[in-house]
Amino acid sequence: MNPTDKAAAAGTGTPPAAEWTPRIVAFFCNWCTYTAADLAGVSRLKYSPNVRVIRLMCSGRVDPQFILDALSKGADGVLIGGCHPGDCHYVEGNYKMLRRFRLLRRMLSDMGIEPERVRLEWISAAEGDKVKLVINEMSAQLSALGPLNLPGKAKGWDAELTAEREAVHA
Amino acid sequence: MPEPRNGVRIGFYVCHCGHNIASMVDCPAVAAYAATLPNVAVSRDYKYLCSDPGQELIKRDIAELGLSHVVVASCSPLLHEHTFRSATEAGGLNPYCFHMVNIREHDSWVHTDRRLATEKAKALARAGIRRVAHHQPLEMKRVPIHPDVLVVGGGIAGIHAALTLASAGKKVYLVEREPSIGGHMAKFDKTFPTLDCAACILTPKMSAVRSHPNITLWSYSEVVKTDGYVGNYTVTVRRKPRYVIEELCVGCQECIDSCVYKKPMFPDEFNEGLGKRKPIHIPFPQATPQVVLIDPEVCLNFKRGVLTDKCKKTCVEACAERKAIDFNQKEELKEIKVGTIIVATGFQPFDVKRVPQYGYGTYPNVYTALEAERLVNASGPTSGEVVLRDGRHPNAIAIIHCVGSRDRKTNRWCSRVCCMYSMKLAHLLKEHSGAEVYNFYIDIRAPGKGYEEFYDKLNEEGVHFIRGRVGEVTDWAMTPEEEGKLVIRVEDTLAGFVRRIPVDMVVLSTGLEPHSDAQSVRRMFNMSCGTEGFFLERHPKLAPVNTYTDGVFIAGCCQGPRDIPDTVAQAGAAAAEAMALIDRGHIDQEPNTARILADCSGCKSCIPLCPYTAIAFDSATQKAVINEALCKGCGTCVGSCPSGSIIQNLFDDEEVFGEIQGVLADEPN
Ligand SMILES: Cc1cc2nc3c(=O)[nH]c(=O)nc-3n(C[C@H](O)[C@H](O)[C@H](O)COP(=O)(O)OP(=O)(O)OC[C@H]3O[C@@H](n4cnc5c(N)ncnc54)[C@H](O)[C@@H]3O)c2cc1C
Ligand code: FES
Repeated sequence: MNPTDKAAAAGTGTPPAAEWTPRIVAFFCNWCTYTAADLAGVSRLKYSPNVRVIRLMCSGRVDPQFILDALSKGADGVLIGGCHPGDCHYVEGNYKMLRRFRLLRRMLSDMGIEPERVRLEWISAAEGDKVKLVINEMSAQLSALGPLNLPGKAKGWDAELTAEREAVHA
Repeated sequence: MPEPRNGVRIGFYVCHCGHNIASMVDCPAVAAYAATLPNVAVSRDYKYLCSDPGQELIKRDIAELGLSHVVVASCSPLLHEHTFRSATEAGGLNPYCFHMVNIREHDSWVHTDRRLATEKAKALARAGIRRVAHHQPLEMKRVPIHPDVLVVGGGIAGIHAALTLASAGKKVYLVEREPSIGGHMAKFDKTFPTLDCAACILTPKMSAVRSHPNITLWSYSEVVKTDGYVGNYTVTVRRKPRYVIEELCVGCQECIDSCVYKKPMFPDEFNEGLGKRKPIHIPFPQATPQVVLIDPEVCLNFKRGVLTDKCKKTCVEACAERKAIDFNQKEELKEIKVGTIIVATGFQPFDVKRVPQYGYGTYPNVYTALEAERLVNASGPTSGEVVLRDGRHPNAIAIIHCVGSRDRKTNRWCSRVCCMYSMKLAHLLKEHSGAEVYNFYIDIRAPGKGYEEFYDKLNEEGVHFIRGRVGEVTDWAMTPEEEGKLVIRVEDTLAGFVRRIPVDMVVLSTGLEPHSDAQSVRRMFNMSCGTEGFFLERHPKLAPVNTYTDGVFIAGCCQGPRDIPDTVAQAGAAAAEAMALIDRGHIDQEPNTARILADCSGCKSCIPLCPYTAIAFDSATQKAVINEALCKGCGTCVGSCPSGSIIQNLFDDEEVFGEIQGVLADEPN
């Protein structure tokens, strides 16, 4: 059992610090970054195993809700990978993503979520080594930051809200 | 754990891929785990799922167990998604009721801890299983394919591809940037290892291009814009003015003889600047098309490219009633429609200025390999006589291999042809000058039919081979014998000491590198480049002439250094791939397009986001509508719709959320 899962299954929310490793959900575009991750595999590069890649056709498909959903379901960080500027298979999906990403990051920081937790990288189909580099770097940064535990926090916020509501009604 | 969905019966299969996956992922454990998940009707592990018996297994399960969906955890979907979709379809299901989970490239090959890799495989499997439950049957989109082909670059690769297609009855546009086709091969005297005359084998192919009724040859032209997608590209080609009307020029060259410049006095590009030409000229005797051109930078009727009309125009007189010369010619933009594109733009030689220690540009008798090719060429500036820039004939010649190649400071790759062409040049230079020839090499790379034998032959001919990377070329004499010579300083790694070898001529065997404009060409055709900058093939082994853009193929040295036999083989392959598409008559497109739901609020925010102008606003219904034929399926509009009213087939919100929840689920592993 994954230590994080074990802790979560036990309902403790915060897993024991010693066993904890960050969980990263990655959204990679089909044409550049997903292919680069395939290349990393074919080249037998080694990187941290705590990343889970979800394939989309273009980084432009990344809905901010995907990022929020991942964080709220227990991810400690989200990585988005797309083609370099000017190289998007669909011309400019990556620019559209960039715009959304900037907005989202501002909102996340208002929520107290560190900016390092959500990262956007341009990785071309030839840059298998960059996939490795970015994942390892992000994994190290998140380990240093510690668990995000948004599900736990959300419970706290809910409790606060209920308490306030009750106070108003009382 | 989510509630099981009614009617959803998933077959889950995890592949060992021999040891590729099984050595790092405990496949039986993954299968056993998947069997506990909701909706999973059967879960198996198998040694090679892509094999026929593996696919049979899936087909049989679909029929016998009444499966509704299939998930395969194995290699990358970019490799075998098609295989398993076909198996799913053969088993009686819609091929899109399938999902593939990548546990090889993204898991077993990149991790070292078996426990963690197995956990990751389980999480990815769980995600795939959750996702697939939302998959709906879809239909492939069929679009017709335009039968015409565009070939970009008229080197031997482009020529061969164009001829192959044309003789199969396809209409081909061949666009070449230079005034003549032929590429680098046209500059060679002989070709290794057979030493057959390059012109004798190339010229007939060039004339065949010119006369073939199915080929439209546009030389001195460049592609400036490409729109569309596989089967339906619209390409804009810029035809540069040559100030001579191609259709009227008969190639008699009387205009050249009668030019007001009595003697050629401008550096001749085709001869690498070793010869001279007039402002009105033809690049080389076999140039195709046989049409002269005027260089407005030096022609007296222009001043630095701007028409002044101040020359006596003796060329126009000579052309007489043919009236082929037109000083007012302007560049022309042509728009064509094609279904497939073959990019064959070749290479550029490494710039020797980047290795100043070899003295190019400082010592006149240091030559590049291409210059040496022209020097030994019977139709070159010296008619094949080896005369140095200072007028002397060399008694000793040094050929330095691997210049710019296999070096961290310049290009890391081996240029593959330099050893062979260095030996060819050694043979030719010796034959033409009688000089002693020294080859300085790192390793001799002669893998090819008759190549090692060619090396043996050179050894027998008495060409010297010295193993060692040359330190420098200098004119600093240390002994009377070295006076007036170029001295090669090298550590002879076989003899084990540093040597100084005085010579009269030095040839630098420059490596092959991507064109300096490769990045803009790549963008033009929506391709990728490898880290070195050569165009990237779809798969290094199994799809070497395909690119990531359907309908765009690559051939020849634009994909990486190679010799002529390999270039021709690749060009034939690219032509065959294009033909395979054309002859099918239509293209099956992934049905991953987007569509708008009835609850669209009509906010119009998606409309400007679409790069293909596929979204329009229907004023009658006050909702957006997507033209499916124009949609390419990027999903950008879907990701930005504020009311969640756009759906993308195969990447719908439910499916992606299913995957997110799957990878993060807290279920017991
Ligand atoms: C010095 C030297 C000697 C060699 N000797 C031999 C030999 O003896 N035997 C052998 O087998 N191989 C030899 N080779 C290798 C050989 O040159 C290549 O294999 C061959 O030329 C590759 O052909 P290609 O058509 O891919 O590229 P190229 O010959 O480079 O042709 C590419 C063509 O595309 C055109 N082009 C480029 N960009 C554009 C653009 N954007 N739009 C339109 N057109 C464009 C160029 O003008 C050119 O005509 C030698 C190489 C060198 C450098
Ligand atoms: S396809 Fe890679 S970012 Fe658009």
